[in-house]
Amino acid sequence: MNVKVNGKDQAFDKEALFVKEVLTICEVSQPDMVSVQLNGEFLQKEDYDGTSIKDGDEIDFLYFMGGGILY
Amino acid sequence: MDLTEEQLERYSRHIILQDVSVEGQEKIMNGKVLIIGTGGLGAPAALYLAAAGVGTLGLVDGDVVDLSNLQRQVIHFTPDVGKPKVFSAQEKIAQINPDVKVITHNKRVFADNIADIIKDYDFVLDGTDNFAAKFLINDACVLEKKPFSHGGILRFDGQTMTYVPGEACYRCVFNSPPPKGAVPTCSQAGVLGAIAGMLGTMQAAEVLKYLVGKGDLLTNRLLIFNALRMDFRTVKVKKNPDCPVCGNNPTITTLVDEEQPVCDLKR
Ligand SMILES: [Zn+2]
Repeated sequence: MNVKVNGKDQAFDKEALFVKEVLTICEVSQPDMVSVQLNGEFLQKEDYDGTSIKDGDEIDFLYFMGGGILY
Repeated sequence: MDLTEEQLERYSRHIILQDVSVEGQEKIMNGKVLIIGTGGLGAPAALYLAAAGVGTLGLVDGDVVDLSNLQRQVIHFTPDVGKPKVFSAQEKIAQINPDVKVITHNKRVFADNIADIIKDYDFVLDGTDNFAAKFLINDACVLEKKPFSHGGILRFDGQTMTYVPGEACYRCVFNSPPPKGAVPTCSQAGVLGAIAGMLGTMQAAEVLKYLVGKGDLLTNRLLIFNALRMDFRTVKVKKNPDCPVCGNNPTITTLVDEEQPVCDLKR
């Protein structure tokens, strides 16, 4: 399937993946440091396991950014 | 307000812009803007807003200038080390543009003082360096119906969005501060100085657009850039009905201080 990840087209071998799996494949090493938006809707962290993505979906990982000093 | 000959000359490059003109410059000169944090983001923002002739600039910061700040906090100079940041910034603003009235708040924002500090301003610019302050500023601005600019930087990345009442807020995108354990350690953090300038001046541009009332503000959009790839993108975001502060059933109705992780690396 083809999914738009952070605005760029990306091909995946599988036909469906859970959000949690996409985070791993896309090497988001600290899932707690991102907010996930799927097709324009923000997901709760609890839903990363149970929400699957399919061909044509758009997913964004938006990183928390503080001031670059403490964080 | 009638501009003096000197002001017509000082602001001539604004005035010849069709979208600003004398009318827009007068709006800038009647504007009251609060900059929270006179560090990496607040320093460049304050320089440009002062140069632009913003009538009143409020500066909030409880820190003193540290040698390690000078790599990016361009309103502070080497002889200022040890001086409260708000006074260091005030001195530079007076030199750049004596028309600007500066109000200094030599303190940090907390849940019990922020509403009182922001109430007299037209627009708030978040130039803080920690999540506790960022979430507090968001909540205070949502509850007090105050427009503000969010800015965040990390390493080679920056992000910004503009809030105006009724549109998506910071919590619509980032529900709550990241858990302390997830936050990169001090040695993983750091920031390229010029990134702070890139982001702070974008925030200043949003302030000026807001005051002049022209253009499209960065509302319902999060602008993200990475300077290593020099890649910019804006992500559409929308008001989240489940947002804890601006959603349909808000759980945050009064201000509280988020716990602030401690870092022992010298700031
Ligand atoms: Zn919100």
